[in-house]
Amino acid sequence: MTAPGQPAPAGATEIGTASPAAVGAHAADARVATKERLALLRRSKSFIAGSIIVGFWVLCAIFGELVVPKDPLASDPINDLISPSGDNWFGTDKLGRDVFSRVITGARDILIVAPLATILATVLGTALGLVTGYFRGLVDDVLSRIIEAFLALPVIIMGLLVAVALGPSKTTLIITIGVLFAPIISRTVRAAVLTERELEYVAAARLRNERTPYVLFGEILPNVMGPIIVEFTVRLGYAIFVAAGLSFLGFGIPAPAPDWGLQVADNYGVISGGFWWPVLFPSLAIATLVIGVNLIADGVASAFER
Amino acid sequence: MFLAAQVLPGDVARRVLGPFADQASVDALNHELGTDRPLITQYWDWISHFLTGDLGESIRNRPVSDVLFDPMVASAKLALLAFIIVVPLAIVGGVVAAMNEGTFRDRLISVGGLSATAIPEFVWAVLFILIFALGLGLFPTTAQPPDGASIFTQLKYLLLPSLCLVCTLFGYIARMARAGTIEALDADYTRTAILKGLPQRTVIRRHVLRNSLLPTIAVVATQAGYLIGGLVIIETIFNYQGIGQTLARAATQKDIPVLQSGVLLVGIVYLVATLIADILYSVLNPRVRLGAAE
Repeated sequence: MTAPGQPAPAGATEIGTASPAAVGAHAADARVATKERLALLRRSKSFIAGSIIVGFWVLCAIFGELVVPKDPLASDPINDLISPSGDNWFGTDKLGRDVFSRVITGARDILIVAPLATILATVLGTALGLVTGYFRGLVDDVLSRIIEAFLALPVIIMGLLVAVALGPSKTTLIITIGVLFAPIISRTVRAAVLTERELEYVAAARLRNERTPYVLFGEILPNVMGPIIVEFTVRLGYAIFVAAGLSFLGFGIPAPAPDWGLQVADNYGVISGGFWWPVLFPSLAIATLVIGVNLIADGVASAFER
Repeated sequence: MFLAAQVLPGDVARRVLGPFADQASVDALNHELGTDRPLITQYWDWISHFLTGDLGESIRNRPVSDVLFDPMVASAKLALLAFIIVVPLAIVGGVVAAMNEGTFRDRLISVGGLSATAIPEFVWAVLFILIFALGLGLFPTTAQPPDGASIFTQLKYLLLPSLCLVCTLFGYIARMARAGTIEALDADYTRTAILKGLPQRTVIRRHVLRNSLLPTIAVVATQAGYLIGGLVIIETIFNYQGIGQTLARAATQKDIPVLQSGVLLVGIVYLVATLIADILYSVLNPRVRLGAAE
């Protein structure tokens, strides 16, 4: 995963200031800390296991289309609901599409939507959290109330409303999840900023007459990267959860994409007839991906939490 | 202060306005009233009717209140069953994990619980239906009991769907119980209790649990949001005529009046749950009660 490895902010602190000794030491500390964290990550069993699982699905997302035996979109109504066999490893679905090919290529949509949505949420949430945590007072109050308004409804319900208003599409899904998760991330960031802003290096930056944006993004941000990275990995899991749920309801990734949630939605009607394969395999795919992401999040959390 | 802000009706209105400005704009679009003023008028029109209990008519010409009432009751049953199962289970799980902190059992409960939480409800539904309904034939594949079924038959129909909800709720509640218990185990009063020679059972029950379960109770209520989101999906896959399925269907059919009122109802339920949690928390915790008075 790309989540760890943030040596840049520490370096930026050093270059960006006319380095009094204390600040330089601070940056060096940060670099050592980053190295230690990476070492911890490399030794974390759950991080390694999670990376292998997620890595497998990433490979499927990138190269899946090239290696699958059948066209995942080609329906073949005569050969519908064939049970798993040498020809169709996971059988065929209600429309005669090859379930194995659809499961493998189905990794792509969710692995585009969920990370992009989480990146959007993290960027928005971090900016929001930095501002509310740093300014407090009126700005904080107003923004916090708006954030609470956003959190007043379950994400799935909000996603439903937005999808009805704008029509389901990948872009809608990314923006919806991104915007809905941003307030949650902002609260974590805000909490971290509240402690950081009282520290001496912030006071020093202010005394040097640094501009506020620099204090926020150049001084405080590098020091709250730990919680942000942890939050990112955790939210990524939830983004997959919500995206899959909305797709299942028909308000996420539009058909006929070989998305896992859609596959379950298309075929759960025939499950009571004993046709388990078009439903079980995409379900297991989602389950493994989510568990993989969670294992990574667990590893990252134990490496980064101070 | 926080409590006061939550009780103020103005705050509730603002919370509602956020999500609903969006919905009203959909409505406006449908009626080709794209400008701002009619949108606000329409919104107030609707909200004032809502407050007097007149929810308007669905696009199928049934009063919205009729369309929503039975499903609310049905969902409440399902949600209640899920909560009755998950709360004791998650608390025991969390406490056991905390007492064995750092061991394999702890990691199994913590990581396993959180992974279970992260797996979408419909995946659980598929797995449970395959194993318990089709594989073992113990339960029906749908959740809608026949009309006039006895309470035991109803329970049988509702058990699988509520188990799916249990899986998604367990991890989070257990994590809170675990964190609370670990904190309480580390506290001075616990050490004092152990040192003065109280039996472990008494220490756990009287000193640790009393303190550790407070944050857990608050979390349980805030899980109402997840639960409602889960209901939409679970009711759809189990074909259970609750509020979640009604909302999902209204969204598919673009039945805006039903969707609006249904979402508002859900929002109110969620707010009430949060409020109850806040009140309960301060009632049970003298520290918060005294702190608020300052």
